Amino acid sequence: MTVDRAADLPVLEARDLYCERDDRDLFTGLSFTVGRGELLQLAGPNGAGKTTLLRLLAGLNRDYSGEVLFQGQALLKVYAEYAAQRLYLGHLAAVKKALTPLENLRWLTAAQAPDDDRLWQALEQVSLRGYEETPCMQLSAGQQRRVSLARLCATDVPLWILDEPFTALDKDGVSWLEQQLERQVAAGGTVIITSHHALQSVPGLRQLTLGGSL
Amino acid sequence: MSLVTATIRRDLLLAARNPGEWANPLMFFLMVAALFPLAVDPDPSFLEKIAGGVIWVAALLATLLSLDGLYRPDVEDGSLEQWLASGESLYGLALGKALVHWCISGLPLTLMSPLLGLMLSLPDEAYAALVLSLLIGTPVLSLLGAVGAALTAGVRGGGLLLSLLILPLYIPVLIFAASAVYHAGIGMTYNGQLAMLGAMLALAMALTPFAAAAALKINLLR
Repeated sequence: MTVDRAADLPVLEARDLYCERDDRDLFTGLSFTVGRGELLQLAGPNGAGKTTLLRLLAGLNRDYSGEVLFQGQALLKVYAEYAAQRLYLGHLAAVKKALTPLENLRWLTAAQAPDDDRLWQALEQVSLRGYEETPCMQLSAGQQRRVSLARLCATDVPLWILDEPFTALDKDGVSWLEQQLERQVAAGGTVIITSHHALQSVPGLRQLTLGGSL
Repeated sequence: MSLVTATIRRDLLLAARNPGEWANPLMFFLMVAALFPLAVDPDPSFLEKIAGGVIWVAALLATLLSLDGLYRPDVEDGSLEQWLASGESLYGLALGKALVHWCISGLPLTLMSPLLGLMLSLPDEAYAALVLSLLIGTPVLSLLGAVGAALTAGVRGGGLLLSLLILPLYIPVLIFAASAVYHAGIGMTYNGQLAMLGAMLALAMALTPFAAAAALKINLLR
């Protein structure tokens, strides 16, 4: 019988993180773990370092001291493996305005390469059916946001790292995104998110509040 | 489909949707050749001596004009961040980006060059040398330029800095290419100059993507 060791380990573990920006300490001695079926919400006032911590966990900010472990191994040593299992959605939507939602989504999901049926379904889920052939510059800010959020249901990636995903979404969009977060957590996935939105409806919610002395 | 092929496809599609972006440097190229005889001397015996050099200077400056758009849009809209997040090798990205840049700048410049030769009364014997030198030389311009574009992509107003950084690196290409065209025009062999350009291309293909990838990392992973 083989024991899957990776299954017992936390998905991400932060050990004694320290990060400063412009001679200001953002966080010191920060340690925490995130496991399967958990949603970690990073909270705190503007400028507290939420996005910095999120980029750090995504492996995109490498200017810190301390350790981040992915399933027990140093994150940057297994970066390619890690990158294949996490989806990062930042402030910037990476949506090209001259391309249609379908073309944009095809590029955004190129690493997983889902078939066209799945892409169409994903666009339908974010209520962009009927706009497949419209260049994104003719869509509203919320609709452009939905194009990049369509990735969430076009691929199966166990770890989501989302930076303010509720920005510019309308009521329906917000409840759709909440459902997606619940679905991901229920399926044993993991979500790390920065948001000022109340996420009490999601089971497995944990909050991490950063200080933020401005 | 890997991310490299997906990106090459997407960038070509973007170029097809925004023809203005790559047509502008081509217009510049054409205008230089059209204005030169008007301003200097329309006498063919004078023009044929300088034609090769003028066309090459114009091609070089047209390439410089188009470089700023190589990485900047991708940095600004987050595409490059997504690329870094994907864990794919940046070498492939840098090579693919330079390839697409050549397809929409160097290749059309090469194809247009015989027309400019006609306008500047280039000697008949020099056309082959002109097209061949551009075909081998413009990819070097794209590859070297991509390093500068990667270095300045995150800098506001990086366009001027880019020109200052890259122009000195372009000078060897200019010297050998213009010399190839000139020697062809006076009936001499130009194999040596083309061989030098070929060597520069081989070196640039092997090394510049590493430099561009390192520059992008410095710019974005912080």
